[in-house]
Amino acid sequence: MLPSEFAALEPFNAWVLESERDRYSKRLASSMEEMQTFYDAAFPLLEQASDHLDKFPLSELPEQERNLLLLMFSLVNVSFPVEVWKQARVPDSGAAYMDLVVEPKV
Amino acid sequence: MPHFTKPEAGSWTENYPELGTSPVNYEDSIDPAYYEAEKEAIFKKTWLNVGRVEQVPKVGSYFTKELAVADTSLVIVRGKDKEIRAFHNVCRHRGNKLVWNDFPGEEVKGTCRQFTCKYHAWRYSLDGDLTFVQQEKEFFDLDKADYGLKLVRCEVWEGFVFVNLDPEAQPLKEYLGEFAKGLEGYPFHEMTEVFTYKAEIGSNWKLFIDAFAEFYHAPVLHMKQAVKDEADKLFNVGYEALHYEIHSPHSMISSWGGMSPPKDLTIVKPIERVLRSGLFGPWEAPDIEGLENLPTGLNPGRHRAWGNDSFEFFPNMTLLIWKPGWYLTYHYWPTAVDKHIFEANLYFVPAKTARERLKQELAAVTFKEYALQDGNTLEATQTMLKSRVVTEFPLCDQELLLRHLHKTVADYVKEHTDAAQ
Ligand code: FES
Ligand SMILES: [Fe+2]
Repeated sequence: MLPSEFAALEPFNAWVLESERDRYSKRLASSMEEMQTFYDAAFPLLEQASDHLDKFPLSELPEQERNLLLLMFSLVNVSFPVEVWKQARVPDSGAAYMDLVVEPKV
Repeated sequence: MPHFTKPEAGSWTENYPELGTSPVNYEDSIDPAYYEAEKEAIFKKTWLNVGRVEQVPKVGSYFTKELAVADTSLVIVRGKDKEIRAFHNVCRHRGNKLVWNDFPGEEVKGTCRQFTCKYHAWRYSLDGDLTFVQQEKEFFDLDKADYGLKLVRCEVWEGFVFVNLDPEAQPLKEYLGEFAKGLEGYPFHEMTEVFTYKAEIGSNWKLFIDAFAEFYHAPVLHMKQAVKDEADKLFNVGYEALHYEIHSPHSMISSWGGMSPPKDLTIVKPIERVLRSGLFGPWEAPDIEGLENLPTGLNPGRHRAWGNDSFEFFPNMTLLIWKPGWYLTYHYWPTAVDKHIFEANLYFVPAKTARERLKQELAAVTFKEYALQDGNTLEATQTMLKSRVVTEFPLCDQELLLRHLHKTVADYVKEHTDAAQ
C-alpha cells in the first residue's frame, strides 16, 4: 500500500484516509495510546516522506505515494492531540464542531 | 508601557471620539426584535460577499446561497455572455425553490445550461429569462417576458462576488471605500486553492466578529496551543496591535507576525519545526508575482514586525491577509438572534509539491483547532448575556473594532427605524 521505503508504516494503513472529515473522526475515535504509537512511528519519517514525495509532481502521484501523503495528513491531524492537548478533542471546544466542506484535491 | 506607539489622542479608541469609551450594552445580541430590525436595516441594504469568481468558472456554473437573514435564497450564475448574475432562487409560477437537490435548505453548486423547476418544469435561461412553460396554452394571456427570474444586484471587486438586495444601493466599490482601494492589485487571483470550513454556532453573529476583531483573547483562550514557556511569555506580554484604522462602516487591525518564522525554533511544536508552517501559515512565501510590492493598503503602520492585516467589511465579512502570501475570509451568516452559520475559507497558491501541500494542511488543521475554541466559548457568552444579569461591558483599547461594530449596527438600525416613522 505504501512505497517500500516506508514499509515500517504499513501497520498504520487504517490512517490512510481520503478526507479531513474521515481523519478527524478517526482521531476522535482513537485512544491517546493509539495516536501516540502512530505518531512515534510516522513523525520521524515525515521529513523523509516529504523528500520522497517531492520527486513527483503533486498532481501525478502514483497510488502508493498518494497513500503516503494521505497518511502524513493524518499525522498532521494527530499532532495536536499528541504534541499539546494530550487528548483527542480540542480543549474547551465542548460540543462545537467544524466541518471541512471543501478541501483541495490530491 | 505600550510596545507600539499609539495615536496622539492617547489611545486608538480616543482617536475616534465618536465611539466614546464607556461600557457597551450587549442587548443588540440577545433581543429578538433587534435582530428583526438588523435584517431590514443591514442585511437587506448592504453589500454582502457571497463568494469568489472561481466558484463560477465557466458559462453555466452556478451556486446557491441561503440568506436566512434576508429571508431568501439566491442563485449566482455565469451567463452566456460570461457575466455573473444573482437571482432570487424562486420560480415565478408557484414559488417553488428553483435550484436545490434533495434538501431544499442545503446550498448546492454545479453547471447547467438552463434551470428547470422540479414542480411543473418551467425553464429559465442562464440570464434569467423564462423560456418554457409547460402547457403554455392553458394559461391566460401569459407573456413569458413578464416572468423572468427576479434579479439581484451583483458586483465584483478583485474577484469577490457581492450581492445587494437593495436596488438603490450605492455601487459596490464606493461602498467598500478606502480599504478596498488600498488592497487592489493583491494577487487574490493566484490563491485559488481553498479549504472551506462551516459550523453552526450558538451565538449572535456579532459575537463571533468580536472574537476575530480583537486578539486580546489569544494568549489566554488559546494558551494551550503554544508550548508551555512560550504560552507563559505570551500571557505576560498580552497583546497589542500595530495599528488600527476605521473608515466607517468598515475597520481594520494590523498585527505583528513574530511566529512566521519564529526567531527561536524551540517555541513551536515539533511538527511545525519540520514542516515550517503553523497557524500563521507556511513560513515561506509562494513564488508568484505581486507579493514583493504589496498594495499600499497593507501594513498601514509601516511596521517592520508586520505579520497580517485583518479587515472587517461591514456587515459580515472578515478578510485577513498574511504577510507570507495567503489569506482567509470569514463570514457570519445569521439564522436567528442567537445562532449563525460561520464560514471560513483559507486561500493558498496551489501547491506544486507534496511538501507545500503538507504545509497548507498543517495551517488548515491548526486553524480549525483555534476556531473550535472560539466557537464554543461564544455559546457560553451568548447564554450569559441572555441572563441580563450584567448588561454593560467595558471594552479596552484593543477592542476598538468591537466598539465600532456595535455602534455601526446601532446607527444603521436607528437610521432605518427613524426613516420608517
Ligand atoms: S412552481 Fe415552478 S413550475 Fe410550478
Ligand atoms: Fe480566537
